[in-house]
Amino acid sequence: MDGDINATAPGTTPPDTDPARKRRVHGMLKLYYGLNEEGKTVDQAESMDPCDINGPHFDPEVYLNKLRRECSLGELMDQETCMVKQIRSLDSDMQTLVYENYNKFISATDTIRKMKNDFKKMEDEMDCLSTNMASITDFSARISGTLQDQHAQITKLSGVHTLLRKLQFLFELPARLNKCLELQAYAQAVSSHRRARCVLQQYSHMPSFRGIQDDCHAIMDKLAQELRQKFRDGGSSAKDLSECVELLLQLDEPAEELCDKFLSHAQSRLEADLLGLEAELRPPLSSGPTAVTDPYTGPARRLSVEPTAGSPTGPSSLNNPFLSPSSRTDILEFIDRGCNEFVSSLCLVIASYQELFVNRPQEGELASKNIPQMAIGKLHAFVDALATRYFSLVERRIQEEKSVGDNSLLVRALDRFHRRLQAVAKLLPGSAVPSQGTEIVVRAARERIKQYLAALQSFYLNSLTDVRQALAAPRLGGSSAGGGSHLGGPATGKDAPASLPELLSTLSASILNQIKSVLASVHLFTAKDITFSNKPYFKGEFCSHGVRESLVVNFIKFVCQSSRQFCESAGDRGGSTPPALLLLLSRLCLDYETSTITYILTLTDEQFLVQHHSPVTAVTALCGEAREAAQKLLNHYVKVQGLIISQMLRKSVETRDWVNTIEPRNVRAVMKRVVEDTTSIDVQVGLLYEEGVRKAHSSDSSKRTFSVYSSSRQQTRYAPSYTPSAPMDTNLLSNIHKLFSERVEIFSPVEFNKVSVLTGIIKISLKTFLECVRLRTFGRYGLQQIQVDCHYLQMYLWRFVSDENLVHFLLDEIVGSTAHRCLDPAPMEQSVIEVICERG
Amino acid sequence: MTEEELIPTSSSLLSFSLFPCCRPLSVSLSRSPSLSPPLFLSPPLSFPQIHIIDFDDENNIISKSVLLHQAGEIWHISASPADKAVLSTCYNKTSESRVVTCGAVWRMPPEWESGSHESPDDPHNSHNPQNLELLCHLDNSAHGNASSVLWEPMGDGTRVISLADNHALLWDLTESSTQATISSSATLEGKGQLKFTSGKWGPHHNCTQLATANDTAIRGWDLRTMSQIYCIENAHGQLVRDLDFNPNKQYYLASCGDDCKVKFWDVRNINEPVKSLEEHSHWVWSVRYNHSHDQLVLTGSSDSRVILSNMVSISSEPFGHLVDDDDLSDGEDNHQYDKSKEPLQDSIISTYEEHEDSVYAVEWSSADPWLFASLSYDGRLVINRVPRALKYHILL
Repeated sequence: MDGDINATAPGTTPPDTDPARKRRVHGMLKLYYGLNEEGKTVDQAESMDPCDINGPHFDPEVYLNKLRRECSLGELMDQETCMVKQIRSLDSDMQTLVYENYNKFISATDTIRKMKNDFKKMEDEMDCLSTNMASITDFSARISGTLQDQHAQITKLSGVHTLLRKLQFLFELPARLNKCLELQAYAQAVSSHRRARCVLQQYSHMPSFRGIQDDCHAIMDKLAQELRQKFRDGGSSAKDLSECVELLLQLDEPAEELCDKFLSHAQSRLEADLLGLEAELRPPLSSGPTAVTDPYTGPARRLSVEPTAGSPTGPSSLNNPFLSPSSRTDILEFIDRGCNEFVSSLCLVIASYQELFVNRPQEGELASKNIPQMAIGKLHAFVDALATRYFSLVERRIQEEKSVGDNSLLVRALDRFHRRLQAVAKLLPGSAVPSQGTEIVVRAARERIKQYLAALQSFYLNSLTDVRQALAAPRLGGSSAGGGSHLGGPATGKDAPASLPELLSTLSASILNQIKSVLASVHLFTAKDITFSNKPYFKGEFCSHGVRESLVVNFIKFVCQSSRQFCESAGDRGGSTPPALLLLLSRLCLDYETSTITYILTLTDEQFLVQHHSPVTAVTALCGEAREAAQKLLNHYVKVQGLIISQMLRKSVETRDWVNTIEPRNVRAVMKRVVEDTTSIDVQVGLLYEEGVRKAHSSDSSKRTFSVYSSSRQQTRYAPSYTPSAPMDTNLLSNIHKLFSERVEIFSPVEFNKVSVLTGIIKISLKTFLECVRLRTFGRYGLQQIQVDCHYLQMYLWRFVSDENLVHFLLDEIVGSTAHRCLDPAPMEQSVIEVICERG
Repeated sequence: MTEEELIPTSSSLLSFSLFPCCRPLSVSLSRSPSLSPPLFLSPPLSFPQIHIIDFDDENNIISKSVLLHQAGEIWHISASPADKAVLSTCYNKTSESRVVTCGAVWRMPPEWESGSHESPDDPHNSHNPQNLELLCHLDNSAHGNASSVLWEPMGDGTRVISLADNHALLWDLTESSTQATISSSATLEGKGQLKFTSGKWGPHHNCTQLATANDTAIRGWDLRTMSQIYCIENAHGQLVRDLDFNPNKQYYLASCGDDCKVKFWDVRNINEPVKSLEEHSHWVWSVRYNHSHDQLVLTGSSDSRVILSNMVSISSEPFGHLVDDDDLSDGEDNHQYDKSKEPLQDSIISTYEEHEDSVYAVEWSSADPWLFASLSYDGRLVINRVPRALKYHILL
């Protein structure tokens, strides 16, 4: 019964029947006590072991033998007492079980007996019920049999009653209709009539019904008349109107006529809106040209005052003192009003129209007339006509928008305009209106670009005027100071053009800023939140062709062109442009060529993501143009400055009596002035241009003597008798000298550096000097004076030029020519000349 | 007579030096009936002379004869249209250390006229040049310095205009030109010291027009009333140096000046020049229309260049000659010309750079329309021909 015993009793053969029976009893007991699970495990172990007292194969013989063999006497005794004890407890258990089961059996028997009694009682009641039911059926059959006749009669009577009520409705119809008419309950009237119409139609051969029908017709005609009248009056609201139309349609009015009427009515109201808009347009137009032309002068000034103008809240007219704010609403308000009044009522009209005529459920006869197509055709024509008028008004208003200060207002207005038209597009697919609207926006954008270009141009011209004034102001002081002093050139020259670089930098910076702000303004057109910015035009052509070409490139071209005009117009009329301005512009153009153009165009391309579909102006072409302009300006500068000095020299040569002049004691004041002016030009150019390359100077540049009037040549040339051979030698000498010296281009293009510019100016001046000298006749002292003057020039001018030999050559020529033109050519001693010149 | 120097540098060019480093002031080609047109050259300061250059076209030979002009340095010279022995000069007279410019009419000595001038084998002759014979003075001390003397074009040599300071004086000469009387005069009035710099007697309208230049303005005068008929203010940016009338197209006028430009004017519309050339790099001293083919314009400048331009578009033959029908039958030859017959553009035909110094005068030959001469300060006289290709192009 426990593990130890099992383990110690293996390997004995099981007994046949007795243990099997015992085990069965034992198993039932266990089942009873709910030890099933435990028993299973025991079962498996038991099967093997005959010594297991609880197992099924228990064999008492084997067990006993085993005990006897293995255990001592004491142990056997113990085993026996234990066994006895277990048997006793098992017996008592069995007794208890038997007792309990007996009780249960007794009570079950009692219950069954009680049930048997109850069923008997129920059977009696059921019998009674069935008899009652049979009697009820009997009675009901008898009642229905008696009532059948009356029921048929009642049904007939109620049918007559309904018919009579219908007839009554018909007879009362005219009166009812009249009453409805009086009360203006048209809808009710129409529905009543509709209900009666078919019947009346069917029985119209009966005179009485015909009378009713005629009455109804008359009344309904009157009603239709009244409806039409109401429709025509136009005082009613859109809702009333649509109701009217619906009723009239139900009355079989021709749909086409109704469409026309509806539309014409709507038109009158929409036209009132349009007139309101037009009235807003009119005052500024009729109030005269001042209002229109003022914005022209406005932009530039305003641009300069507030270059980043654009508080979107303030209407643009408020900024302009010339316009009274009341006289015109700003464009956003205008467009708002247009959208709210015209476009929204147009949408309403379209919607109600479509509901009435286009989207109606098709009923029989109406379907055959193909109303929707006709109606849509009419609607398109109607919308197109009105939209065209509206667009023309909008366009007029946009054209009035000339001030370029605040672009965001215009863009927002255009955006709203465009956005609201999308509603029309949704309502009326296939209409040309939205595309026309887009076109207007595109046109407005184009116009805007043009205006910006004009504004930029006028800004540029204005800033040029400013520069001109700035140049003129210090110039006065400079020249009055420089006039009296001698050779204080650098000192006096310094304060006059000191501001040149500053002017240049402010000018170019302000232009650049202006361009940037304009670009920013124009950029609004392509902002993401603007509905029309994703139209193909604004993505492609507007950026590349509009902004880049029309605006930026054209402006750069304009700068170059206007610069060139300075050369052409001012040149002939004797330099109305101050030379400093020419110099400044030349530098500006050169700067443009080197960097600014590239910068601006890159900026534009980046901002607008320009995709070059069509060929655009290349940066190099623009740079070339700028460089050309710079070159031309600089050439012109050289020409003008050369002319100024030339005129001084020319006057000094032409006005003097060279035959009767006194012996030279001084350098003439004109020469000092020439040197002074050249020095100040040198300073001026030096402020803007680099030094440049010059050839190496000889060690004694200022101390060169003129070889032309060496005594040997003098004698042969001015020999008293004319010999054809003698002059040939000198002529040959001179010609050979010239053959080897390079031809001097007087008005030749200069390079972009100081030395080249100065060389050009000095060349022009000296050549003039030469030509003037050749037209005069000189006395002895005249020649000597020229000698002195030329030596003086030689002393000071060599340092300015790239190749001092050029100065030498020209001065040689001057002195030589003077000698030829001299009646009594007796040159001055070189040492004396030097003394005079050094004395100043 | 042997020439000092005769350098034919190309088939169409003769370069010829006259005086050493002196200033011959003008060249004038007389209306000579002979094939060889004589040139008149003015002389250097100290030895006022007139050189008569004969150019034998066929043999490329230049011959020269010298006449002394004792009165003084010559500034302007022009030949009478009627009598080839008569010429007029403006010259400087130095008296008591004052320089005065006078005008006079001269006759060349009969030896020259008869054609028996110095024989080429006698070089000594040039050492004893003959004097000019004075016919009359065109002087009027009240009217100041004469800057130029102009003969009536195509006239009979009896009418002369002299420009003196701010006066234009019309003289009547007697038959023998020995006496001159002022028949009328015009005065330029205005602020400052106005002075005529040059003038030209117009060949159109029966020779009743005179064009003058002073400072930057060009003025036109009606000789019948001696009154101003037009004035182109600021015709050039700087001084106007020379003028010339288009010989074939009335109202057309060429001018040149210190602004390096040559401008062509239609005097009926004086606001804008018809055309403006800016090819020279220094003052343009002289401009001349070809006498028969007025599209050829010659200019000389102190940049030492002579430029021959072809101003077809404003000439009297803007489209060239029309090709006659029978010319077309000539076949291949014609083809070539047809191609070159495309309307010519206004263009520079060529730039002559033979001179080493400022060119002060250019002149067309009056006998041969394809020949012209130019003269520079260093005394070099250059005779050139119009390029052959262009000549044929114009002619055919």
